[in-house]
Amino acid sequence: MTVETVGFWVVAAVLLASSLAVVLTPNLFHAVLYLAAALVATGVIFLLLDQPFLFAVQLLLYAGGVVTIVVFAIMLTERLVGERIRQTSRHLINGAIVSAAIFAGIAGFLLRAPLATPRPEQAGDATAPIGRALVGPFAVTFELLGVLLVTALIGALYFARGEE
Amino acid sequence: MIGLSSYLVLAALVFSIGLFGVLTRRNAVGILLGIELMLNAVNINLVAFARFHGDLTGLIFTLFTISITVAEVAVGLAIVIAIFRVRRTVEADRLDLLRG
Repeated sequence: MTVETVGFWVVAAVLLASSLAVVLTPNLFHAVLYLAAALVATGVIFLLLDQPFLFAVQLLLYAGGVVTIVVFAIMLTERLVGERIRQTSRHLINGAIVSAAIFAGIAGFLLRAPLATPRPEQAGDATAPIGRALVGPFAVTFELLGVLLVTALIGALYFARGEE
Repeated sequence: MIGLSSYLVLAALVFSIGLFGVLTRRNAVGILLGIELMLNAVNINLVAFARFHGDLTGLIFTLFTISITVAEVAVGLAIVIAIFRVRRTVEADRLDLLRG
C-alpha cells in the first residue's frame, strides 16, 4: 500500500459520499456546500494524477467561482420568496434504475476495453507545456473561449437585470 | 498502484450520481448541481486519460470544459432568477408553459 493508493481510496470515498449528499440532502444550501466538498475532492484527484496546475484552476474557478454564484442565486431567490428553499425529490426509484443502468453500461464497456496502460513517468511539470499549447496550436480555441466568456457575462447581466 | 480503470470507474460512479440528481430533483438549482457533478466526472476522465497516455491535449480540454462550465452556470442561474421573477417558482415540474 503506497501513499498514492491510500490517498486514492480516501479521496474516492470522500468524493462519492459528498456527491451522494449533493443529490440526496433536502436542504439546497447544504447541497451546495457538499458540492464544494466534491469539487475539492476532484481537485485532489487531479493532484494524485500529477497535475497541480489543474488543481489550482479547479479550486479557483469551480470551488471558488461556481459555488459562490450558486450561493448568490439561492440567496436571491430565497429573499424573493421569503422562505428557505426546501427541495424534494420525485421518481426516486425510476431515477435510481436509470442511473444504475447507465453505470452498468459504462462499467461493462470499461471491463471489455483494453485498458492495461502502464502509467508513464511524469516528464516534469506540465504547466509550461500547457501554456505553450494554449498560445500555439490551441490559440484560436483559446480566443473563442474569451468570446464565449464575454457573451455569457453579458447574457447573464441581461437576464438577471432588474426592472428599470 | 492505481490503474487507469480505477479512475474511470470512479468517474462513471460520479457521473451516475449526477444523472440521478438531474432526474430526481424538482428544484431547478438542484438540477444544475447534478449537471455540475456530471461535468466534473468528465473532467476526471479527461485528466486520467491524459496522464496515462502522456498526452497534453486532455489537460487543455479540461481547462476548456472548466471555463465553459463556469459560463454555463452563470447563464443558467441568471435564467433561473429571471424565471423566478415571472413565475414565483423554480420547481421544474411547474414550469410547463410549453406543454401541449
